[in-house]
Amino acid sequence: MIDAEWLYWLCGLFFLANAVLCGRERRYGAVAFWALLGLSFCYSTFVVAKTAAAWPLGLAVLVIAGLAGFGAVRKAELPAPTEAEQESSAAKLGNRLFVPALMIPLVALVFATMLASITVGGKPLLAAGTATLTGLGAGALIAVAVGLVLVRPAQPVGLGAPLREGSRLLQSIGWVVLLPQMLAVLGLLFDKSGVGKQVGTVLSGLLPGGSLLAAVVVYCVGMALFTVVMGNAFAAFPVMTAAVGWPVLIQQFHGNPALVFAVGMLAGFCGTLCTPMAANFNIVPAVLLEMKDRYGPIKAQLPTAIPLLACNIAIMYWLGF
Amino acid sequence: MLVLLGVALVVVGFALRLNPLLVVTASGIVTAVLGGVTPSQILDAFGNGFAGSRSVTIYVVTLPAIGLLDRFGLQQQATRLIGKLRVLTTGRLLATYLLIRQGTAALGLTGICGPAQTLRPLIAPMALGAATRRHGELSDPAIERVKAYSASADTVGLFFGEDIFLAVGSILLITGFVDTTYHLKLDALQIALWAIPTAVCALVIHSARLLWLDRRLAKELAR
Repeated sequence: MIDAEWLYWLCGLFFLANAVLCGRERRYGAVAFWALLGLSFCYSTFVVAKTAAAWPLGLAVLVIAGLAGFGAVRKAELPAPTEAEQESSAAKLGNRLFVPALMIPLVALVFATMLASITVGGKPLLAAGTATLTGLGAGALIAVAVGLVLVRPAQPVGLGAPLREGSRLLQSIGWVVLLPQMLAVLGLLFDKSGVGKQVGTVLSGLLPGGSLLAAVVVYCVGMALFTVVMGNAFAAFPVMTAAVGWPVLIQQFHGNPALVFAVGMLAGFCGTLCTPMAANFNIVPAVLLEMKDRYGPIKAQLPTAIPLLACNIAIMYWLGF
Repeated sequence: MLVLLGVALVVVGFALRLNPLLVVTASGIVTAVLGGVTPSQILDAFGNGFAGSRSVTIYVVTLPAIGLLDRFGLQQQATRLIGKLRVLTTGRLLATYLLIRQGTAALGLTGICGPAQTLRPLIAPMALGAATRRHGELSDPAIERVKAYSASADTVGLFFGEDIFLAVGSILLITGFVDTTYHLKLDALQIALWAIPTAVCALVIHSARLLWLDRRLAKELAR
């Protein structure tokens, strides 16, 4: 059975290689950041398998976050390709450039649709839930290989080229690469500390009794707002459902549970569109696209999220009861 | 009630635009201490949370491929290609991508498109190329706007497509939580079906806004 751990090791090795490249430029803060991050990715395998203690990793994560938070990972001026170089190479290679780029989605598609159901000796070839991840990793590796074969005629490049260019992109992303995982940690700590229960108590206190519309609005808007704070509708769902969804909408007003819970979750997704706490969806794309305003995607999504939340309220109110 | 101070810390920290890593770390520790979590449990939570969430960082494995193609002019070629497809304005291109993203996500194929796989190498340069062809040289705010809308097409399509697919995390969470807590037998298919009205609304609202982007760019750049 193949799980996703080899991929995490690949990520870890990429971070370590990046640390080596930073070392050549004598940027020691960045070296420490990327090296620790790389080692943590590999060590995590044993934490997940429960064969190693979690606390040393926790300590390392705190150091990594501290290094980045206090400015040790400064942006480097890496030699970027010039527009003219890119134009001339695009003219030479033409549409063939799309072949490796399309390899990534195509291979991911093959893994998700065909390889996911293959079994070897009664066991699935790919561990449950990892087909897409594995496909993405395999697609990325195949794309590099095809890309190297393709660009060779245009210009002789060494095998280090993908690493160097990947490292250039990784360093332009910088410490933001860690943010989505830190937010996952925050969610875990919020959960352990009972934040959800407290918010639920506050919200059910606000709820006016007897009005179906008010209850629907509190459930949907509560899902959205709580998701904005937590960055994740999954964290908001159990809390809001225990506070309003189940006792009021289902037990008191006899709503259709499948509809109420499905639409409630989607109301939470409207919140995800608006929050920097959902960094992997809202901040990482801005950084990947080298935007000046990291909140740009959120600003573009807000005017969709608000009417969509209203739609969810309307759908639940009219179809759910 | 005291633990809500930790939540307030996050809100204030983000509002003041302090370094998000510090804000998140500090808030996590403060909340946990107020909630009576012991220091060793806090360290464990940092370790377990990090190890368990590595999948959100997996996109970095695509960077060597994307970087290599970037170096050899993929973005420029995407711009050239869109130059030949005159019917595809920025808005129409992004609305088409939204439909594809939502449709593939509804079939459970969430991994074939994404910010690193398709947005950065293909969609965003095409959207920018289409805008340049139509409106001439783009101003900085216009470039930012086209990039922001490109990112939004990807995210909106994903969110309101994936919930139609049966085996997605959110549906499993709903059935898992509700069935164990309230002893119901929810049908995952019913939940997926009731995600469709919202999915249609999302497609209509966001497509309209993406198509409206063409006019907005024309107006802004005509000045």
